[in-house]
Amino acid sequence: MQTLIQQVLNALQLGSVYALIALGYTMVYGIITLINFAHGDIFMVSTYVAFFVGTALMSQLLHLPGIVVFVLTMLAAMFATALLAVLIERFAYKPLRQAPRVSAVITALGVGLFLENFTLATIGPDPRFLPKFFPVQTFTVGGVAFSNVQIVIIAVSAVVMLLLDTIVRRTMVGMAMRAVSWDKFTAPLMGVPVDRIISITFAIGASIAAIGGTLFGMVYTVDPYMGIRIGWWAFISAVVGGIGNIRGAMLGGYILGFVEIFTPVILPASTYRDFVAFSLLLVLLIFRPYGILGRPVAQKV
Amino acid sequence: MKQPSFSFLSRILAPLRAAYESLPPSVRRWTMPVLLVIFFIVALFSPAFINLYWQQVLIYVGINIILAASLNLVNGYMGEFSVGHAGFMAVGAYVASILTVWVFPRWGWGEYIPYLFPVALLVGGLAAGLTGLVIAFPSFRTRGDYLAIVTLAWNMIVKSVLENIDAIGGPRGFMGMQKLTSVAWVYVWVVITIYLLRNLVYSNFGRGTLSIREDEIASSLVSVDTRKVKITVFVVAAFFAGIAGGLFAHIIQFINPRSFSILKSTDVLVMVYLGGIGSLGGSILGATVYTVLLELLRPLQVWRWVVGPLLLVLLMIFRPRGIMGMQEWRFLVPREERVETLAALMERIRRKGEAVAAPAPVGGSSD
Repeated sequence: MQTLIQQVLNALQLGSVYALIALGYTMVYGIITLINFAHGDIFMVSTYVAFFVGTALMSQLLHLPGIVVFVLTMLAAMFATALLAVLIERFAYKPLRQAPRVSAVITALGVGLFLENFTLATIGPDPRFLPKFFPVQTFTVGGVAFSNVQIVIIAVSAVVMLLLDTIVRRTMVGMAMRAVSWDKFTAPLMGVPVDRIISITFAIGASIAAIGGTLFGMVYTVDPYMGIRIGWWAFISAVVGGIGNIRGAMLGGYILGFVEIFTPVILPASTYRDFVAFSLLLVLLIFRPYGILGRPVAQKV
Repeated sequence: MKQPSFSFLSRILAPLRAAYESLPPSVRRWTMPVLLVIFFIVALFSPAFINLYWQQVLIYVGINIILAASLNLVNGYMGEFSVGHAGFMAVGAYVASILTVWVFPRWGWGEYIPYLFPVALLVGGLAAGLTGLVIAFPSFRTRGDYLAIVTLAWNMIVKSVLENIDAIGGPRGFMGMQKLTSVAWVYVWVVITIYLLRNLVYSNFGRGTLSIREDEIASSLVSVDTRKVKITVFVVAAFFAGIAGGLFAHIIQFINPRSFSILKSTDVLVMVYLGGIGSLGGSILGATVYTVLLELLRPLQVWRWVVGPLLLVLLMIFRPRGIMGMQEWRFLVPREERVETLAALMERIRRKGEAVAAPAPVGGSSD
């Protein structure tokens, strides 16, 4: 029982990160129906930004308290990553908005590979660790051990997701996003600045990935290829939940977190987890091609 | 199908083409087979005058041509977006390798392995083709983005399964293959691939494939059996990817699941879109240009992996059709379908004299 709760906590921790990244995939898909394959690598870049900023701020010269450094690092990562995403959108995706949709998807794949290999060429393949922003404390309640880092990750993610849900459902920007997503051609007639809304969507998606990246870097190592694995898993999360659906992405993220943590518990080796996750995806797509919370789209001739 | 828009290339080749057009039809009919045989002989004796490195590059070019042309069938001619071609390649590579390393020696055929190589490749290709059904069946229900995800998942599943079967080396990989792939073998398989795909594309069946690309529902309304077409296209594409995998395994003599990751699939995608969709000539060009370019960029070390993706992005923005999208080399188009060149048309009119008032309808005549 105690190990079960322990594993549930671990799954929630990992699922939070997946959900945060999945949100970026799903928001971009919702608004311009583009599978932004570069998103996983944008997440990777964000952890590198967090690594460099965090290491610089933690230096002994500044004497900043850990919690301040943590917030500053996260803000810096969010800002840099949002800027990167907006630039990518402006220079790589926007020229292709009228082109066949496959062109944009291939471009996204290309941008992703470019980011990976560029990071590899400039920073190198060695895994790196984010500095410890605050001392890790472990609490034990009823035999279940959990750390303050774990709590921070789960709590921050939950707050961010609630915030995003509120932004999309209650604010003008969110309404404009939903309008563009609903009908790209009518929305500008109602005075919605489509280009700016698309840029804002990319920026929000990337900053959420940066929050996920900073949180992820506090527990795991950072390397140029992390975007592939984490990115794919987050992407499956988005698809499982129903791509284009924000609440679906959150749900999918936690489902995938549970799949990853509980596969080694049930099956003999942890190497089966990719197999399980992708088979799950395949089976789901065959029986429910639009995800758990997604709505089917009628095809017209 | 229009002529390639390479004005400079056309201009250089114009005298050659004129000379060719002036030959009698019986000679012209035999030009292609004779050329193919000459090239085969050259390929057969190439080890004598090409160094090992460039032989290897040529072999990679050939393997990539097979991969790009077969993926073009799915992505270019049928208009689906398959991202998992390396998965089929992996199946072919592992099956063919297991045959030549374990099965044939165990059956006491060890000394005949060089002759059994094509059999191993064929079996590998068939196994890959069979797994093509895995993609074909979901494609009945899903299209576009979601089918792309299915193919992607397929690639990941294959890689994951291979990593978990310890008997064939798991993540450590599989080795012990002889170096059976030669320039001549690759050449033969490239010719077979291009010939079969070309016949497929210009058959009635190929038109069904094209109609699915343009509009699936509409094509089903004009009685194209879309399910049959999809199954065949996916299986054929997977088959050739399997062949390419077998050839690949027997040149590098060491395969591991990582060689068939999504990165490999992306490489093939780059070649297809660089060459141009819906064009076998484009795939040949795309595979050749990309492979040779990456070899030439070798001094850049890590940075050369930055060039490929960057090239892809720039290509999509500035020339989304690729080098020759939707156009075809003239010799790959069946004679009955060739658009007449202006020179040939003038020649025909001149020959027939004043009796011909108007040119014959385009595409309806033979020369």
